[in-house]
Amino acid sequence: MSNLAAAGEEPEILFWVGCAGAFDDRYKRVTRAFVRILEHVGVKYAVLGMEETCTGDPAKRAGNEFLFQMQAMQNITTFEGYGIKKIVTACPHCFNTIKNEYPALGGNYEVIHHSTFLQQLINEGRVGVAGGGEFKGQRITFHDSCYLGRANDIYEAPRDVLAVLDADLVEMKRSKANGLCCGAGGAQMWKEPEPGKKDINVERTEEALAALDGNAAALHNLLGVESGNAGATPAPRSGEQRSIIAVSCPFCMTMMSDGVKNKERENNVQVFDLAELIATAEGLNA
Amino acid sequence: MHNEYISDLTPNLPFPVHFSIQNILFLLVALAGFGLFAWQVRKIRANILVGRDRDMSGNVSERLNKTLLVALGQQKMFKRITPALLHLIVYVGFIVINIEVLEIMIDGIFGTHRALSFLGPLYSLLMGTNEILGVLVIMAAVALWWRRNVKKVRRFTGPELRMWPKLDADIILYVEVILMTALFTMNTADLKLHQVQGLELPGAFPISSLLTGLLPSNVATLEILERVGWWAHIVGILAFLNYLPSSKHFHIIMAFPNVYYSRLVPQGQFSNVDSITHEVKAMMDPSYQVPPPATNPDGSAAAPTPFGAKDVDDLAWTNLLNAYSCTECGRCTSVCPANITGKLLSPRKIIMDTRDRVEEKYNSPLIFQPNLYGTEAKHAEQEVLDKESHTLLRGYVTPEELWACTTCNACVEACPVNINPLESIVEMRRFLVLEESAAPNSLNVMFSNIENNGAPWAFSPSDRFNWADELFVADKAVKA
Repeated sequence: MSNLAAAGEEPEILFWVGCAGAFDDRYKRVTRAFVRILEHVGVKYAVLGMEETCTGDPAKRAGNEFLFQMQAMQNITTFEGYGIKKIVTACPHCFNTIKNEYPALGGNYEVIHHSTFLQQLINEGRVGVAGGGEFKGQRITFHDSCYLGRANDIYEAPRDVLAVLDADLVEMKRSKANGLCCGAGGAQMWKEPEPGKKDINVERTEEALAALDGNAAALHNLLGVESGNAGATPAPRSGEQRSIIAVSCPFCMTMMSDGVKNKERENNVQVFDLAELIATAEGLNA
Repeated sequence: MHNEYISDLTPNLPFPVHFSIQNILFLLVALAGFGLFAWQVRKIRANILVGRDRDMSGNVSERLNKTLLVALGQQKMFKRITPALLHLIVYVGFIVINIEVLEIMIDGIFGTHRALSFLGPLYSLLMGTNEILGVLVIMAAVALWWRRNVKKVRRFTGPELRMWPKLDADIILYVEVILMTALFTMNTADLKLHQVQGLELPGAFPISSLLTGLLPSNVATLEILERVGWWAHIVGILAFLNYLPSSKHFHIIMAFPNVYYSRLVPQGQFSNVDSITHEVKAMMDPSYQVPPPATNPDGSAAAPTPFGAKDVDDLAWTNLLNAYSCTECGRCTSVCPANITGKLLSPRKIIMDTRDRVEEKYNSPLIFQPNLYGTEAKHAEQEVLDKESHTLLRGYVTPEELWACTTCNACVEACPVNINPLESIVEMRRFLVLEESAAPNSLNVMFSNIENNGAPWAFSPSDRFNWADELFVADKAVKA
């Protein structure tokens, strides 16, 4: 961003990478996939690079309002310095914080989550994914991120993005507004869970696997779903076939990947972010 | 008091007036019933207003719209179809049958008999609908009781539903059955009384007409039965009205203001603490003018308000309104990821604890405090740390519960009356972190990582751009 500003240019969007996108090895791949898409469609974008710093989301959810506001003010100062107007990010937590909590502190921007941005690119015909690419016919289930879904009512954009893959999309019993958290929100990402019967990400992964496998018995045993309230069960299929859990959040990525490992299904179940799926289908991963 | 005198006052009423000692008795009972209820409501209003100020004015049409949809229209109940239908029957029954209570009031005051019967076919329609709804309400109450006590639906179990809340839920169902039975006793006896005397009773009674065979034909007995049914119905309703403030059933009233005053912003938006904003701004800009601290009405400096919430009076008044609107249905807890996986956290318990605590510390609605009965049993699993001061935090709600929350908003989404347990949880977390520095150690590590590295993990800020290394040739890196 500083280079663009020095050249007197203004970017179309600021791509907010987020800490996970910058430091987490798995999520760096998502950052790169998204940047490849931006390059491919020719969006004029910028990143803050080393000037980016935590939005303060985990501090705020953990109750450290002071630290949150310090981070927020620092970021707002940076945004204002560059005259930023439009921000796109692949992290629902950063998205929610900048979009909803910065305005009261003086930072007003158009903030877009990458699922919505990808949906726009698809609607504008700038990303085609002709025939669905290599994901055609594959079974995919989308795990709703709380901070995208319930927190901001974005349920359709990620599903619209997945729809272009021409895949066999199946829904979990608890999806959209009823979606079950991966277990990482509210600063849980940085602490051990409290004592209990089970880890939340394992419960959620079991649900995802049951949906992918079309395992009616497993779906029936889910806790917290009242009988008669669950939707249709996907057609049963062998757990040997390759299938995908799609996510749109770095923390969900970690939790669901760990869950798949815990259930020893890494050999045929993979966890991908929307941007990775689109970039791969579009043949941009070379 | 003479009949002529009353008749003079009400010369144009479309029904005959017969004033008697029963009417005076009725007036006294009704005045006592409504008066006692008003007194209880005043106490509860005072309890709610011990909460911190929060400006919820404005957006009237949006709020009314939401109240119509969510409170009156029960929009969120229909996520679960079986309980929604059972609840709808009781709810519609309650509203429609209460039109008959209007008639009972008129009859009670003026000594009329079925004062609204001048409405003719409309009256028949109303009475007929009431009778059918009455049967449906009894059936629904039985089904709801079965779900609680035989099927034991998971969300009707749980530590916080022990003792009074469990009894309360069943009492409500019994009272509904008793009130409906009184209605049918009154109608059936009245109908038979008219049949025996060869008279026509105005109105249509599809259910009572099937029951007349069960009653004796003795006029005196029938007259007594009709009066017993009539009095039982109205006294029952007045007694139930005064039971509400001690009960979860208070939601039938509180759901409306609670939905009206619920948040209009996205669920992911947490409040920003203004006093902290002033501090942070002053730190970043020395010329920033921090507003003067709050003063008491007499001009003295008010006690500084803590960051976050330790007790009920540190919560916003809307959080306390939440507590009085809760019907303990447990939809929040049944979708809570922490609770589902066996953690101690139950959003419903946080809300119920808030109500219990505000009544312990401030007003209790009646002479008895049912909500505070058996609190030890309700808190058996918890390590309640503060037995002395009994504050909401530590006296009722333990840090372990609060730290188990993923802030996923599932509880907020699930609540049929827009209660927000998450706000109260975050307020108590704020107190733990900002006033007591009592966050779990791993979170303190995360805080210091953000402070020192600008990221919640211990990575150097200079590595923040490393993701691009494998992506671009040198000129691209320069561009970015």
